[in-house]
Amino acid sequence: MNSAHIVLRVVTKLLFAPILVFALYVQFHGDYGPGGGFQAGVLFAVAFVLYALVFGLEETQKALPPVAAKIGMAAGVLLYALVGVYTLIAGANYLDYDIIVPDSDHHAGQHYGILLVELGVGIAVACTVLTIFYAFAGREPEIDEEDW
Amino acid sequence: MADPLVAGAAAAVAEPFVTPLNATTLLDISLLSMLVVVALVMMRLRHLFAVVMLSGVYSLLSALFFVSLDAVDVAFTEAAVGAGVSTVLLLGAMLLTTRREKLKSAERAPIAMLVVLATGAALIYATWDMPSFGDPNAPANATIGRDYIERTPEDIEVPNIVTAVLASYRGYDTLGETLVIFTAGVGVLILLWPRARRRVGTDDDGGQTP
Repeated sequence: MNSAHIVLRVVTKLLFAPILVFALYVQFHGDYGPGGGFQAGVLFAVAFVLYALVFGLEETQKALPPVAAKIGMAAGVLLYALVGVYTLIAGANYLDYDIIVPDSDHHAGQHYGILLVELGVGIAVACTVLTIFYAFAGREPEIDEEDW
Repeated sequence: MADPLVAGAAAAVAEPFVTPLNATTLLDISLLSMLVVVALVMMRLRHLFAVVMLSGVYSLLSALFFVSLDAVDVAFTEAAVGAGVSTVLLLGAMLLTTRREKLKSAERAPIAMLVVLATGAALIYATWDMPSFGDPNAPANATIGRDYIERTPEDIEVPNIVTAVLASYRGYDTLGETLVIFTAGVGVLILLWPRARRRVGTDDDGGQTP
Protein backbone atom coordinates (compact mmCIF):
# COMPACT_ATOMS: atom_id res chain seq x y z
CA MET A 1 0.00 0.00 0.00
CA ASN A 2 1.38 3.36 -0.97
CA SER A 3 1.57 6.32 1.36
CA ALA A 4 0.00 8.76 -1.10
CA HIS A 5 -3.31 10.46 -0.39
CA ILE A 6 -2.81 10.40 3.36
CA VAL A 7 -5.52 13.04 3.86
CA LEU A 8 -8.01 11.06 1.83
CA ARG A 9 -7.20 7.89 3.72
CA VAL A 10 -7.52 9.45 7.14
CA VAL A 11 -10.78 11.16 6.19
CA THR A 12 -12.16 7.92 4.73
CA LYS A 13 -11.30 6.01 7.87
CA LEU A 14 -13.00 8.68 9.95
CA LEU A 15 -16.11 8.74 7.76
CA PHE A 16 -16.57 5.02 7.14
CA ALA A 17 -18.18 4.06 10.45
CA PRO A 18 -20.41 7.16 10.76
CA ILE A 19 -21.77 6.54 7.24
CA LEU A 20 -22.68 2.97 8.23
CA VAL A 21 -24.30 4.17 11.46
CA PHE A 22 -26.23 6.81 9.54
CA ALA A 23 -27.37 4.12 7.09
CA LEU A 24 -28.64 2.01 9.99
CA TYR A 25 -30.39 5.05 11.47
CA VAL A 26 -32.09 5.76 8.13
CA GLN A 27 -33.01 2.08 7.87
CA PHE A 28 -34.64 1.63 11.26
CA HIS A 29 -35.93 5.16 11.69
CA GLY A 30 -37.81 5.13 8.40
CA ASP A 31 -41.16 4.89 10.20
CA TYR A 32 -40.54 8.20 11.94
CA GLY A 33 -38.34 10.34 9.73
CA PRO A 34 -37.41 10.57 6.08
CA GLY A 35 -35.79 7.44 4.78
CA GLY A 36 -36.33 3.73 4.51
CA GLY A 37 -34.85 0.66 2.91
CA PHE A 38 -33.85 2.16 -0.44
CA GLN A 39 -32.02 5.11 1.06
CA ALA A 40 -30.36 3.04 3.77
CA GLY A 41 -29.22 0.40 1.30
CA VAL A 42 -27.66 2.96 -0.99
CA LEU A 43 -25.89 4.71 1.91
CA PHE A 44 -24.57 1.40 3.20
CA ALA A 45 -23.17 0.53 -0.21
CA VAL A 46 -21.71 4.01 -0.72
CA ALA A 47 -19.60 3.59 2.42
CA PHE A 48 -17.97 0.51 0.88
CA VAL A 49 -17.58 2.21 -2.50
CA LEU A 50 -15.75 5.08 -0.78
CA TYR A 51 -13.54 2.57 1.04
CA ALA A 52 -12.76 0.79 -2.21
CA LEU A 53 -11.86 4.06 -3.96
CA VAL A 54 -9.26 4.91 -1.35
CA PHE A 55 -7.98 1.53 -0.12
CA GLY A 56 -8.46 -0.53 -3.26
CA LEU A 57 -10.88 -3.19 -4.36
CA GLU A 58 -9.10 -6.16 -2.80
CA GLU A 59 -9.11 -4.71 0.70
CA THR A 60 -12.83 -4.04 0.38
CA GLN A 61 -13.58 -7.49 -0.94
CA LYS A 62 -11.79 -8.96 2.05
CA ALA A 63 -14.17 -7.06 4.32
CA LEU A 64 -17.27 -7.82 2.31
CA PRO A 65 -16.70 -10.68 -0.17
CA PRO A 66 -18.51 -10.58 -3.55
CA VAL A 67 -20.20 -13.89 -2.74
CA ALA A 68 -21.79 -12.35 0.36
CA ALA A 69 -23.09 -9.45 -1.73
CA LYS A 70 -24.55 -11.87 -4.27
CA ILE A 71 -26.28 -13.91 -1.57
CA GLY A 72 -27.56 -10.72 0.07
CA MET A 73 -29.17 -9.60 -3.19
CA ALA A 74 -31.37 -12.67 -3.24
CA ALA A 75 -31.84 -12.81 0.53
CA GLY A 76 -33.26 -9.29 0.70
CA VAL A 77 -35.86 -9.94 -2.00
CA LEU A 78 -36.69 -13.30 -0.38
CA LEU A 79 -37.19 -11.68 3.04
CA TYR A 80 -39.66 -9.22 1.52
CA ALA A 81 -41.55 -11.92 -0.38
CA LEU A 82 -41.58 -14.30 2.60
CA VAL A 83 -43.22 -11.68 4.83
CA GLY A 84 -46.03 -11.73 2.28
CA VAL A 85 -46.11 -15.52 2.26
CA TYR A 86 -46.28 -15.53 6.07
CA THR A 87 -49.31 -13.22 6.06
CA LEU A 88 -50.93 -15.53 3.50
CA ILE A 89 -50.33 -18.61 5.70
CA ALA A 90 -51.56 -16.72 8.76
CA GLY A 91 -54.86 -16.20 6.96
CA ALA A 92 -54.82 -12.69 5.52
CA ASN A 93 -54.07 -11.17 2.13
CA TYR A 94 -50.56 -11.08 0.71
CA LEU A 95 -48.55 -8.38 2.55
CA ASP A 96 -51.46 -7.55 4.87
CA TYR A 97 -49.32 -6.96 7.95
CA ASP A 98 -52.12 -6.57 10.48
CA ILE A 99 -52.29 -10.36 10.85
CA ILE A 100 -48.73 -10.50 12.27
CA VAL A 101 -50.00 -9.18 15.64
CA PRO A 102 -53.75 -9.82 15.25
CA ASP A 103 -55.17 -8.33 18.45
CA SER A 104 -53.08 -5.18 18.72
CA ASP A 105 -54.81 -1.89 19.46
CA HIS A 106 -52.11 0.23 17.82
CA HIS A 107 -51.39 -1.73 14.62
CA ALA A 108 -48.20 -3.35 15.90
CA GLY A 109 -48.44 -5.84 13.02
CA GLN A 110 -48.13 -2.99 10.52
CA HIS A 111 -45.02 -1.74 12.33
CA TYR A 112 -43.35 -5.17 12.36
CA GLY A 113 -44.33 -5.81 8.76
CA ILE A 114 -42.97 -2.47 7.54
CA LEU A 115 -39.76 -2.96 9.53
CA LEU A 116 -39.13 -6.42 8.05
CA VAL A 117 -40.05 -5.43 4.53
CA GLU A 118 -37.84 -2.33 4.68
CA LEU A 119 -35.00 -4.47 6.00
CA GLY A 120 -35.41 -6.75 3.00
CA VAL A 121 -35.33 -3.74 0.66
CA GLY A 122 -32.26 -2.37 2.44
CA ILE A 123 -30.30 -5.63 2.19
CA ALA A 124 -31.28 -6.14 -1.44
CA VAL A 125 -30.40 -2.57 -2.50
CA ALA A 126 -27.09 -2.45 -0.61
CA CYS A 127 -25.94 -5.80 -1.99
CA THR A 128 -27.10 -5.03 -5.53
CA VAL A 129 -25.31 -1.67 -5.65
CA LEU A 130 -22.16 -3.31 -4.26
CA THR A 131 -22.37 -6.22 -6.71
CA ILE A 132 -22.71 -3.82 -9.64
CA PHE A 133 -19.79 -1.79 -8.32
CA TYR A 134 -17.65 -4.94 -7.88
CA ALA A 135 -18.54 -6.05 -11.40
CA PHE A 136 -17.55 -2.68 -12.91
CA ALA A 137 -14.48 -2.06 -10.79
CA GLY A 138 -13.25 -5.63 -11.18
CA ARG A 139 -12.72 -5.17 -14.90
CA GLU A 140 -9.82 -2.79 -14.31
CA PRO A 141 -7.46 -4.07 -11.58
CA GLU A 142 -6.69 -0.64 -10.12
CA ILE A 143 -7.26 2.90 -11.23
CA ASP A 144 -3.86 4.29 -12.13
CA GLU A 145 -2.63 7.55 -10.71
CA GLU A 146 -2.47 9.37 -14.07
CA ASP A 147 -5.92 8.15 -15.08
CA TRP A 148 -7.53 10.52 -12.64
CA MET B 1 -68.85 13.76 2.41
CA ALA B 2 -68.69 15.12 -1.13
CA ASP B 3 -66.52 13.41 -3.71
CA PRO B 4 -63.11 15.06 -3.24
CA LEU B 5 -62.34 14.99 -6.98
CA VAL B 6 -65.53 16.92 -7.81
CA ALA B 7 -65.00 19.30 -4.91
CA GLY B 8 -61.40 19.90 -5.99
CA ALA B 9 -62.41 20.51 -9.59
CA ALA B 10 -65.11 22.94 -8.51
CA ALA B 11 -62.66 24.90 -6.37
CA ALA B 12 -60.19 25.01 -9.24
CA VAL B 13 -62.80 26.40 -11.56
CA ALA B 14 -63.89 28.97 -8.98
CA GLU B 15 -60.46 30.57 -8.55
CA PRO B 16 -57.46 29.27 -10.52
CA PHE B 17 -54.38 28.87 -8.36
CA VAL B 18 -51.42 31.03 -9.32
CA THR B 19 -47.98 29.94 -8.12
CA PRO B 20 -46.69 32.74 -5.87
CA LEU B 21 -43.41 34.32 -6.96
CA ASN B 22 -41.67 34.08 -3.58
CA ALA B 23 -38.10 33.24 -2.58
CA THR B 24 -38.68 29.47 -2.80
CA THR B 25 -40.06 29.69 -6.31
CA LEU B 26 -37.11 31.83 -7.40
CA LEU B 27 -34.72 29.32 -5.84
CA ASP B 28 -36.46 26.49 -7.71
CA ILE B 29 -36.26 28.41 -10.98
CA SER B 30 -32.56 29.18 -10.52
CA LEU B 31 -31.79 25.54 -9.63
CA LEU B 32 -33.68 24.30 -12.69
CA SER B 33 -31.88 26.83 -14.92
CA MET B 34 -28.55 25.61 -13.53
CA LEU B 35 -29.59 22.06 -14.45
CA VAL B 36 -30.24 23.19 -18.02
CA VAL B 37 -26.88 24.99 -18.16
CA VAL B 38 -25.01 21.92 -16.86
CA ALA B 39 -26.81 19.71 -19.39
CA LEU B 40 -25.89 22.05 -22.24
CA VAL B 41 -22.24 22.18 -21.16
CA MET B 42 -22.17 18.37 -20.91
CA MET B 43 -23.46 18.19 -24.46
CA ARG B 44 -20.77 20.53 -25.81
CA LEU B 45 -17.81 18.96 -23.99
CA ARG B 46 -15.77 16.20 -25.62
CA HIS B 47 -13.56 15.44 -22.62
CA LEU B 48 -15.27 12.46 -20.99
CA PHE B 49 -13.75 12.95 -17.52
CA ALA B 50 -15.28 16.43 -17.35
CA VAL B 51 -18.59 15.07 -18.59
CA VAL B 52 -18.64 12.43 -15.84
CA MET B 53 -17.84 15.04 -13.20
CA LEU B 54 -20.56 17.34 -14.54
CA SER B 55 -23.05 14.49 -14.36
CA GLY B 56 -22.22 14.32 -10.65
CA VAL B 57 -22.80 18.08 -10.42
CA TYR B 58 -26.11 17.58 -12.22
CA SER B 59 -27.17 15.00 -9.62
CA LEU B 60 -26.19 17.25 -6.72
CA LEU B 61 -28.21 20.11 -8.22
CA SER B 62 -31.18 17.76 -8.60
CA ALA B 63 -30.73 16.72 -4.97
CA LEU B 64 -30.85 20.40 -3.95
CA PHE B 65 -34.02 20.83 -5.98
CA PHE B 66 -35.59 17.84 -4.21
CA VAL B 67 -34.69 19.35 -0.83
CA SER B 68 -36.43 22.53 -1.94
CA LEU B 69 -39.49 20.39 -2.77
CA ASP B 70 -39.36 18.91 0.78
CA ALA B 71 -38.54 15.46 -0.59
CA VAL B 72 -35.52 14.89 1.62
CA ASP B 73 -35.47 11.11 1.22
CA VAL B 74 -35.45 11.42 -2.57
CA ALA B 75 -32.75 14.07 -2.26
CA PHE B 76 -30.29 11.92 -0.40
CA THR B 77 -30.95 8.94 -2.62
CA GLU B 78 -30.16 11.17 -5.58
CA ALA B 79 -27.01 12.47 -3.90
CA ALA B 80 -25.80 8.97 -2.99
CA VAL B 81 -26.76 7.20 -6.22
CA GLY B 82 -26.49 9.96 -8.79
CA ALA B 83 -23.50 11.85 -7.51
CA GLY B 84 -21.82 8.93 -5.71
CA VAL B 85 -22.30 5.49 -7.19
CA SER B 86 -23.15 6.50 -10.78
CA THR B 87 -20.15 8.79 -11.02
CA VAL B 88 -17.86 6.01 -9.80
CA LEU B 89 -19.43 3.51 -12.22
CA LEU B 90 -19.13 5.97 -15.12
CA LEU B 91 -15.48 6.56 -14.22
CA GLY B 92 -14.95 2.80 -14.19
CA ALA B 93 -16.61 2.51 -17.59
CA MET B 94 -14.58 5.45 -18.90
CA LEU B 95 -11.33 3.71 -17.96
CA LEU B 96 -12.24 0.90 -20.37
CA THR B 97 -12.65 3.25 -23.30
CA THR B 98 -11.07 6.41 -24.68
CA ARG B 99 -10.87 9.66 -22.71
CA ARG B 100 -12.31 11.83 -25.44
CA GLU B 101 -15.50 11.54 -27.39
CA LYS B 102 -14.99 11.27 -31.16
CA LEU B 103 -16.61 13.87 -33.34
CA LYS B 104 -19.42 12.30 -35.32
CA SER B 105 -20.39 13.32 -38.81
CA ALA B 106 -23.30 15.72 -38.81
CA GLU B 107 -25.15 13.86 -41.58
CA ARG B 108 -28.19 12.86 -39.56
CA ALA B 109 -28.18 15.92 -37.31
CA PRO B 110 -31.17 17.66 -38.97
CA ILE B 111 -33.42 14.59 -38.46
CA ALA B 112 -32.32 14.23 -34.84
CA MET B 113 -32.91 17.94 -34.28
CA LEU B 114 -36.39 17.65 -35.77
CA VAL B 115 -37.28 14.70 -33.52
CA VAL B 116 -35.97 16.46 -30.43
CA LEU B 117 -37.76 19.72 -31.23
CA ALA B 118 -41.05 17.90 -31.95
CA THR B 119 -40.84 15.93 -28.68
CA GLY B 120 -39.94 19.05 -26.73
CA ALA B 121 -42.80 21.02 -28.27
CA ALA B 122 -45.24 18.18 -27.43
CA LEU B 123 -44.01 18.10 -23.82
CA ILE B 124 -44.33 21.87 -23.41
CA TYR B 125 -47.80 21.73 -24.98
CA ALA B 126 -48.73 19.04 -22.43
CA THR B 127 -47.66 21.22 -19.49
CA TRP B 128 -50.47 23.72 -20.30
CA ASP B 129 -52.95 21.14 -19.08
CA MET B 130 -51.07 20.54 -15.85
CA PRO B 131 -52.15 22.19 -12.59
CA SER B 132 -50.05 25.14 -11.40
CA PHE B 133 -46.99 24.31 -9.33
CA GLY B 134 -48.04 23.96 -5.67
CA ASP B 135 -51.78 24.01 -6.40
CA PRO B 136 -53.52 22.53 -3.33
CA ASN B 137 -56.46 21.49 -5.51
CA ALA B 138 -54.34 19.57 -8.01
CA PRO B 139 -55.68 16.00 -8.43
CA ALA B 140 -52.56 14.53 -6.81
CA ASN B 141 -53.13 16.62 -3.67
CA ALA B 142 -56.92 16.66 -3.58
CA THR B 143 -57.87 13.01 -4.07
CA ILE B 144 -55.59 10.09 -3.30
CA GLY B 145 -52.96 12.17 -1.49
CA ARG B 146 -55.49 13.61 0.95
CA ASP B 147 -56.93 10.12 1.40
CA TYR B 148 -53.57 8.71 2.48
CA ILE B 149 -52.94 11.63 4.84
CA GLU B 150 -56.33 11.15 6.48
CA ARG B 151 -56.22 7.37 6.73
CA THR B 152 -52.61 6.63 7.69
CA PRO B 153 -52.99 7.62 11.38
CA GLU B 154 -55.95 5.22 11.70
CA ASP B 155 -54.84 2.34 9.44
CA ILE B 156 -51.10 2.13 10.03
CA GLU B 157 -50.22 4.55 12.85
CA VAL B 158 -46.81 5.27 11.39
CA PRO B 159 -45.71 8.91 11.65
CA ASN B 160 -43.99 8.94 8.26
CA ILE B 161 -46.78 8.72 5.69
CA VAL B 162 -44.30 8.12 2.86
CA THR B 163 -43.19 4.91 4.56
CA ALA B 164 -46.79 3.86 5.16
CA VAL B 165 -47.67 4.36 1.49
CA LEU B 166 -44.47 2.75 0.26
CA ALA B 167 -44.36 -0.34 2.43
CA SER B 168 -47.97 -0.97 3.37
CA TYR B 169 -50.55 0.59 1.01
CA ARG B 170 -48.31 0.03 -1.99
CA GLY B 171 -46.51 -3.06 -0.72
CA TYR B 172 -46.89 -4.87 -4.05
CA ASP B 173 -45.31 -1.99 -5.96
CA THR B 174 -42.35 -1.86 -3.63
CA LEU B 175 -41.85 -5.62 -3.91
CA GLY B 176 -41.85 -5.11 -7.68
CA GLU B 177 -39.31 -2.28 -7.38
CA THR B 178 -37.05 -4.43 -5.23
CA LEU B 179 -37.30 -7.17 -7.86
CA VAL B 180 -36.38 -4.64 -10.56
CA ILE B 181 -33.24 -3.71 -8.61
CA PHE B 182 -32.43 -7.40 -8.10
CA THR B 183 -32.92 -8.01 -11.83
CA ALA B 184 -30.60 -5.10 -12.65
CA GLY B 185 -27.94 -6.62 -10.42
CA VAL B 186 -28.35 -10.05 -12.02
CA GLY B 187 -28.16 -8.45 -15.48
CA VAL B 188 -24.88 -6.72 -14.67
CA LEU B 189 -23.55 -9.96 -13.13
CA ILE B 190 -24.35 -11.95 -16.28
CA LEU B 191 -22.77 -9.36 -18.56
CA LEU B 192 -19.66 -8.40 -16.59
CA TRP B 193 -18.83 -10.93 -13.89
CA PRO B 194 -16.83 -13.79 -15.53
CA ARG B 195 -14.21 -11.43 -16.97
CA ALA B 196 -13.88 -9.61 -13.66
CA ARG B 197 -13.35 -12.86 -11.79
CA ARG B 198 -10.51 -13.97 -14.04
CA ARG B 199 -8.70 -10.62 -13.91
CA VAL B 200 -8.95 -9.94 -10.22
CA GLY B 201 -8.37 -13.58 -9.37
CA THR B 202 -11.06 -13.93 -6.70
CA ASP B 203 -11.95 -17.32 -8.12
CA ASP B 204 -13.83 -18.57 -5.12
CA ASP B 205 -16.86 -20.44 -6.35
CA GLY B 206 -15.80 -23.23 -8.66
CA GLY B 207 -14.09 -21.37 -11.46
CA GLN B 208 -16.98 -21.86 -13.85
CA THR B 209 -16.43 -20.16 -17.20
CA PRO B 210 -19.13 -19.87 -19.83
